[in-house]
Amino acid sequence: MKLTLKIWRQKNVDAKGAFVRYPVDDVDPEMSMLECLDVLNETLILKGEEPVAFEHDCREGICGSCGFMINGEAHGPEKGTTTCQLTMRHFKSGDELTLEPWRAKAFTFVKDLVVNRRAFDHIIEAGGYVSVSTGQAPDGNTILVGKEVADTSMDAAACIGCGACVAACPNASAALYTGAKITHLGTLPQGEPERERRALGMVAQMNAEEFGSCTNIGECSAACPKEIPLEVIANMNRDYVCASFRRRDDLPTPVTPGS
Amino acid sequence: MTLDARIPSGPIEQAWAKACFDMKLVNPANKRKHSVIVVGSGLAGGSAAASLGELGYNVKCFCFQDSPRRAHSIAAQGGINAAKNYPNDGESVFRLFYDTVKGGDFRAREANIYRLAQNSGAIIDQCVAQGVPFAREYGGSLTNRSFGGAQVSRTFYARGQTGQQLLLGAYQALERQIHAGTVKMIARTEMLDLIVIDGKARGIVARNLITGKLSVHIADAVLLASGGYGNVYYLSTNAKGSNVTANWRAYKRGALFANPCFTQIHPTCIPVSGEYQSKLTLMSESLRNDGRIWVPKKKGDTRSPDQIPEEERDYYLERRYPSFGNLVPRDVASRNAKAMCDAGYGVGKSGLGVYLDFSESIKRLGEKTVRERYGNLFDMYQRITDENPYKVPMRIYPAIHYTMGGLWVDYQLQSTIPGLFVLGEANFSDHGANRLGASALMQGLSDGYFIAPYTVSNYIATNKFEKVDESHDEVKNAVSAVEQKIAKLLSIKGTRTVDSFHRELGKIMWEHCGMARTAEGLKEAIGMIRALREQYWKDVTVPGSGDDLNESLEKAGRVADYFELAELMCIDALDRNESCGGHFREEYQTSEGEAQRDDEHFSYVAAWGYRGDDAAPELNKEPLEFHYVHPSQRSYK
Repeated sequence: MKLTLKIWRQKNVDAKGAFVRYPVDDVDPEMSMLECLDVLNETLILKGEEPVAFEHDCREGICGSCGFMINGEAHGPEKGTTTCQLTMRHFKSGDELTLEPWRAKAFTFVKDLVVNRRAFDHIIEAGGYVSVSTGQAPDGNTILVGKEVADTSMDAAACIGCGACVAACPNASAALYTGAKITHLGTLPQGEPERERRALGMVAQMNAEEFGSCTNIGECSAACPKEIPLEVIANMNRDYVCASFRRRDDLPTPVTPGS
Repeated sequence: MTLDARIPSGPIEQAWAKACFDMKLVNPANKRKHSVIVVGSGLAGGSAAASLGELGYNVKCFCFQDSPRRAHSIAAQGGINAAKNYPNDGESVFRLFYDTVKGGDFRAREANIYRLAQNSGAIIDQCVAQGVPFAREYGGSLTNRSFGGAQVSRTFYARGQTGQQLLLGAYQALERQIHAGTVKMIARTEMLDLIVIDGKARGIVARNLITGKLSVHIADAVLLASGGYGNVYYLSTNAKGSNVTANWRAYKRGALFANPCFTQIHPTCIPVSGEYQSKLTLMSESLRNDGRIWVPKKKGDTRSPDQIPEEERDYYLERRYPSFGNLVPRDVASRNAKAMCDAGYGVGKSGLGVYLDFSESIKRLGEKTVRERYGNLFDMYQRITDENPYKVPMRIYPAIHYTMGGLWVDYQLQSTIPGLFVLGEANFSDHGANRLGASALMQGLSDGYFIAPYTVSNYIATNKFEKVDESHDEVKNAVSAVEQKIAKLLSIKGTRTVDSFHRELGKIMWEHCGMARTAEGLKEAIGMIRALREQYWKDVTVPGSGDDLNESLEKAGRVADYFELAELMCIDALDRNESCGGHFREEYQTSEGEAQRDDEHFSYVAAWGYRGDDAAPELNKEPLEFHYVHPSQRSYK
């Protein structure tokens, strides 16, 4: 297969960026999108040019490192698939693929296809945990958790924190990501005591990081490689409204955005 | 050097309790005056950093990824073992201990493994309390499944994403401490050297991967939890960024490297499809619970699997190992797959593959149940191969997965450099010559949650720490050595890419120091590695500069270390004139082709010491004694 990759090249946040077209011959349909970039990068290096910077690590769809827009879609056209597992058989010879980084105010730009997603960690810092220190736990079977409850929690816990939801959202909202963690922990009895505190803290941090507001468009869930359901946003809103009504005042102090 | 493992005397059941009682404690008010560096944020590093933060120490945690949540522990699929005996099937701490000693082919320390088995239950409790959504029965209790190398069901799991969920538990605990101010997280930063002052580990030199800036971090103790070195083979199930650099720099500063040749080949991975291949994808071993492994009885049979009638199939594991069948340990399953393919029975385009067939399970349990158990793995297989495993058997082949070798540590997880602790896969660990499935997660979390917080405290309580700053000569030396190496790599400007060298090195290692090894092959490999390494330092090309994000430069430094490690692995494999676990020397096998150990001569840990770039490493031996599990020829028949 022969493809043309039209890639966003930008040296750093202060430099001016532009699309550059690269023809890639000998694309094997079994290759992943990232392997296709590897092949391109090898030729660029031998020509003395800088290779395309992109983020990647596990290459098996679980670490959440990789991801960029492919023809305007986060992680490309395949449902429930990360960029690293997107094989080239979904394209045909002669296609031109446009690759550009996640674009969102909260994700500061780094280089080429790489952005900074530390804002996601800050949201977790603001309450996305159960406050139990090492050694405090009772026996694992002391609190029974129904299978359906565990399954619902697991569906939300499957989030890999890649940022596709934010990139796909016209408002660059992090509601699906935040809702997923609130649902994962809030559904389980272990997460119940901090449920309200968690919702208030995480939502406040999400706003502080300058993610946009959710307007129920649903692009996030459609783009999510783990197919996190839209219901998690409803769960977040419910927990947030209930908690606001009760006005808990011992909230975690927000983290400084961009730190 | 005499190696003292500092194993407490007395009965093994009380060893850890006794060790804990004998340890000195740090007054709660004094803890914040002490600083600890943790390199790596996976299960071992993340859990250690969080737990030390909870105790009140001043912790700095480093990872090279953009977030601590991306560490490669996240990719573990199948599960985590624990001696809970919830299924009432004969499990006990002693049985988990016994299975692990035997599974490791009697090349690990009994006392360490016993402690691991003792801690296993508390790990599950801790993770449940953190909100890890383990699989449950309808009645609400935790559910278990079986795994290779065991005849009891002791594996806890969260679908096929157990590593991810356990890591998120540790990551959330870590983020909680970051918010509390006890842990400072330093992401996208790679450790490039260890600072040793007056014989003690006192800090690290690290490079910010975005700005290229070097920085010095001083502390009272340094914990390495930087994972394994499987990527020395280029193709492995490790993440692309996984590397040996932190460990290797510590080795060159005086820590001993133990059993480097003990590598694990995982039997169930998706076969290689082409030269461009960048990594191998694992299919969880749990698939062997319900899948049957077979090859055609006829050599070079090219019929599609559904055209091959039952009587023309060879279910070779069930045939050779009737009592364990498809659930034999990983090393045995891998070796048999290779033997079948080498003999010409392999399937698929390359002939390097065997079938893993679910048709019988689907008939017996229904597609729905199979989907519930393995749905995400089946989907992943289909995504990669474009074949539907509900209809066609999977094709699998062994791949490098885990490294049992690592830095030598004593019972307290301390290396031969005082103040340098090594946790998780980075240490030479509790798995001997072969690790059983679902044991890596257990060991990482045992080290991080329940061992290091005690032993690091003991070290801090019993040592005095002189004030050190960046003007110290040792610090300046370490920084300038790192600067020189980076400058050198950028200045060569040769004709070959880093990846092309890495790929070539990987092929040498897979061929000669992989699933089967011979003295002749290893000697040849050492020569080839040396020649390639020499060429590397003359002909590699690294584009760009050292002062911004430059992945080629990061890789170049790591590959340089792999060359040196690869040689040490071959030296170790050549020195160990026996077969044990994952280390299979063709010269040493039983008449039935099983690994033949030589307990009389090789019942020891081989801990290698660095003596200079061109000098042969020094071999130190820690003898292994077995008082509770008598070494026997492993039999899974």
